Amino acid sequence: MARTRYAPDRGLTSRMLVTMFLLGLVYVAFVTAFFVIAPKLGPAVLVIAAGLLLAQYFFSDRLALFAMHGREVSPEEAPELHGVVDRISAMANVPKPRVAIADTDVPNAFATGRNQRRAVVCVTTGLLRRLDPVELEGVLAHEMSHVAHRDVAVMTVASFLGVVAGLLTRFGLQFGLFGGFSRNRDQNTGLVLLAVIAVSALAYAISFLLTRALSRYRELSADRAAALLTGRPSALAGALVKISGDMARIPTRDLRAAEPFNAFFFAPALSGGLSFSALFATHPSLERRLAQLQEISARLSREGA
Amino acid sequence: MGFLDVLLGRSKPVKPDLDRLFALPTAAVTLEAATGFTPTGLGSVCFRAVEGGAFARLQRDIRELLDADEGPEVELSTDAYGYTWLLARHDPGDLSGLVTDLHAVNATLESNGFGPHLLCSLIGFRGPGDEDDRRLALVYLYKRGTFFPFAPLPGRTEARDNALELQVRGAVGADLPIEPDLSRWFPVWGAPGL
Repeated sequence: MARTRYAPDRGLTSRMLVTMFLLGLVYVAFVTAFFVIAPKLGPAVLVIAAGLLLAQYFFSDRLALFAMHGREVSPEEAPELHGVVDRISAMANVPKPRVAIADTDVPNAFATGRNQRRAVVCVTTGLLRRLDPVELEGVLAHEMSHVAHRDVAVMTVASFLGVVAGLLTRFGLQFGLFGGFSRNRDQNTGLVLLAVIAVSALAYAISFLLTRALSRYRELSADRAAALLTGRPSALAGALVKISGDMARIPTRDLRAAEPFNAFFFAPALSGGLSFSALFATHPSLERRLAQLQEISARLSREGA
Repeated sequence: MGFLDVLLGRSKPVKPDLDRLFALPTAAVTLEAATGFTPTGLGSVCFRAVEGGAFARLQRDIRELLDADEGPEVELSTDAYGYTWLLARHDPGDLSGLVTDLHAVNATLESNGFGPHLLCSLIGFRGPGDEDDRRLALVYLYKRGTFFPFAPLPGRTEARDNALELQVRGAVGADLPIEPDLSRWFPVWGAPGL
């Protein structure tokens, strides 16, 4: 049995675990610090943040569709797209998600929904135009892996701290500007609020970087799951190259005018600062993703009979 | 998937369940008694051809395995979605021989570790008497271990005869495990063996 082909990727797993651990650590440290500094403000802010997050969690599918102007389509309207989704669902033994199309030429796809019953996958007309059915299948399998991995739940929890910290910073600033710094209050309040703002901002910055890292690992996981499910890592790689090639072309049009001025800058606007921007990216670099897919492809053709 | 798998973004491919295929010959008798539909002697297996040499070698082995007993060769084709179909032909009366062949293909793929890449198997039926342009297929979903009927309307493109499908569900429901979730009854337009 060639079962080993589906052995978990230990490196990926451990990096994801470390990121999640650090995220939790920042959260605990932050909450503790906050309750020590300003015990009165704490509960109210936490309730507001939890409410916002619940809303985000429960309406994620509708919010995303609304933001992308996605329109749900029936099997009669888009038979090929439904056919691809049908087959992926049958292969992976998951309930069929709802299918939507967004009318924009930017090639992109997303899947969302807090569980598999309520999932929706959405592709843009630009993606449908550029990819052939096998590549489209790779992309859709990637998106549906996100649903199977419950990315909405995991990323919502992970971004909890960021949202709380952001809220606190805002509250702190408001109180600080409109009340805390006035002379008739005692001086301590102002100091406490300044401390709250500082801690919140710091916690937000760290959690921001960590959630981005977590998001990148989950993209790699979804790539892997999609490649193993469809058995065509190269098709997914091809789709990635096509999509990113097209995506990269769109902003260049605007930047071209700025390029001559690059000579006067210390770091060129396009090529420099790669490692820095990689910290903030929600998706891993194309090279990283292609390398992983190539590795899976090599393993698929080596093992077996 | 377990909690940890979800957390770590690890999904395991689903393993197929093959044994229920052998319930088909009994169901075919019941189906004929209830609706008049008879087997065409055609059956096919649909799977995802994995890229690379290992799978190509295996595919060749399966062809040789099926061609070994004297009988017409199996036909290999690829559909628009990139899936591979292996079509087996038998005498319409010899349904159990056909099912055995389909099972052999599936078992070979599974024992070589390609079980997760199996999509479905189907067996074709044709309408009774003067309605013999009507087609029906019983499709087996490995990952669920369930069957569902698929009946395209004759002469029209991509329209299903839902009334017939529901009638068939009632007829063979006692012999075969029918897929309860109707949204998983996906159409297989133009499938070999239909």
